[in-house]
This record gives sequence, C-alpha cells and structure tokens, in this order.
Amino acid sequence: MNTKLYEYILLLADNPLILGHRLSELCGHGPSLETDIALTNISLDLFGQVRNYFQYAAQVQGLGKSEDDIAFLRYEHEYRNVIMVEQANKDFAWVIARQFFFDAYHKPLLEQLAGSNDAQLSAIAHKSLKEVQYHHHFSSEWVKRLGDGTEESHTRMQDAINHFWPYMGELFEETALEKEMKENGTGADLVAIKPVFKSFTNEIMAEAGITVPSSEWSHSGGKKGTHSEHLGFILTELQYMQRAYPNMTW
Amino acid sequence: MKKEWPVWEVFIRSKAGLDHRHAGSIHATDARMAIENARDVYTRRQEGVSIWVVPSKEIVASDPDQSGELFEPAVDKIYRHPTFYDLPDELKHM
Repeated sequence: MNTKLYEYILLLADNPLILGHRLSELCGHGPSLETDIALTNISLDLFGQVRNYFQYAAQVQGLGKSEDDIAFLRYEHEYRNVIMVEQANKDFAWVIARQFFFDAYHKPLLEQLAGSNDAQLSAIAHKSLKEVQYHHHFSSEWVKRLGDGTEESHTRMQDAINHFWPYMGELFEETALEKEMKENGTGADLVAIKPVFKSFTNEIMAEAGITVPSSEWSHSGGKKGTHSEHLGFILTELQYMQRAYPNMTW
Repeated sequence: MKKEWPVWEVFIRSKAGLDHRHAGSIHATDARMAIENARDVYTRRQEGVSIWVVPSKEIVASDPDQSGELFEPAVDKIYRHPTFYDLPDELKHM
C-alpha cells in the first residue's frame, strides 16, 4: 500500500466531505426555495467528488475496504479536514463566507491537481473543476449581494468574514506530506495557490464593500487530526447509520 | 418593505429542442440571480442547454373575461385546419 498517497487523498477529500455535510444540514432549511436547492446541489457535487476520491483511496489502500468504510468508520483524529469547514451554519452569511473562502481555495487547487502526474487524481480534478467553477461564481456573487445590500446584510456579511478570517491560514499551511507530494509531481503547490486566493478574495470583498481583516494569525491542527469541538457532533450524525447498523447498504 | 423577492418566469431550451419552453417560475432579486436560480431549480436533471428569464410583471396576458370573443370564433372554423386535402398515398410524414 502506498500510505503517503492514501493519506494525501484524505487531505484532499475530507474537506469536501465535511463541508458537504454542513451544507446538507441546510436541506429544507435554506432561506428560500431557490437557495435551498442551490446549497443542496453544491453539497451533492461535493459528495460526488468525495466518492471519487474515496473509491480511489480504497483501491490504493488495498485492504478490500469500500468508500463508505473510509467516509464513515474513521475516528475523529483520523479526519484530515481543515477546521474552517467544520464551522456551524450560524446564518446565511456564515454559510456564504465559509463557501466563498473554500471555493476561492478549491478552484486553483483543482486547477493544479488537473496537471498531477497521478492519472486518477488528474481525472478527478478535471471532472470536479466545472462544478467548482459554478460554486466559486455562486458564493462570490452572494458575498457581493450581501456585502453591498442592506445595512443588516452588510453587517452580517462583515461579521461572517471576520469570523472565518482566522481559519484560512490553515488551508495554505504546507504539511511535510503536502510538500513531498508537490515535489514529486503528484500534489498541488499550496504556496502558489495562496496569492491566487488572496487577489481573488480581496477583489470580491472590495467590490462588496467588506473591510478586509488585517490579522495574520490562524487556527490550525485539522490537517493533523486536531479538530474543533464541532467535528465530534458532525461525525455523530454522519456516522450514525454505519455505527448502528454495520455494513448496511441502501 | 416588501419581503418577497420578485417573481421571474423561466424558459428552458432542451438539448433536442429548438424553442425555449416555459418551465415554471422562481424568485430572484435581479436578472443574474434569476438565471442562477433557474439553473439550480430547473436544470438539475440535464433538462436544458439554454435559459431565458423574464420578470413575471412584464408578461402581458390575455383577459380571461374576453376569452369568448378572443377564442370562440375559431371553434366553428375547422376548415382552417389543413385536413380537407386528399393526399397521394406516396406522400409520407404529413
């Protein structure tokens, strides 16, 4: 088994898995029928991508496990997602801010992975990119609408940006594994993605009339399995069926 | 202040179709959002390759009270349908 490739796939897939779960919580609770469907569509897009990654991870692992085993039967410290995607759906502005920052990272990430020397990762990235381009457009349009909308929407959007700001640094924190994967041509170059992320998010926030926070400090730990208190609650719900009825299928 | 977003009518052209057909309506604050919402609500199952949206308030409808004078005069003029011609047997697909 190629342990490093397996671990790297988890680093790629756990973000869309946990974010997809957060978005799925909004199914039936969106602020309007249209945004409810839009957020659920995004959630389903992300789960589709996660399935591709985990099917590949199961194959790389070679232990006869399934995508479901990898998604549902790991312990909290074995998840490799960043802490940002665990953050709660406090209000619509929070949902949009979390999505906006993640999409601004996700799109250039996939653009790089499309050129990976690992044919499977490259194929997954190509396939995911069209979906993520739409997410990227959707979330940035909403940042502009809310930021440049009413006094209340502006206040809420600014509050959400302020909340998520100190979680972004972790996206670009290069672990030893990510560095190695970058150098051997399999993985993405996070150092190169950061300026793309910065210039895009700054441009949108300027257009939205949002004050860009200046702090450089960031939470971190998720990539190494140290999560916020939210992840335990998320996994309780996410894993319930497989824990209560092992090996169940639909 | 009115809380509800304006209503838009959505027209979708399917892959095989030449014309945009009325699919339904959605709420949106502006034209761009209307296109996005229409995409999310009405093209999830590959229904379309092109979308038109029109503010519902811009649609001029015929008056139901006038339907007698508008539509009934055509009822007894069935000769306007081209069904009274004898077509040669060789002619197919008419």
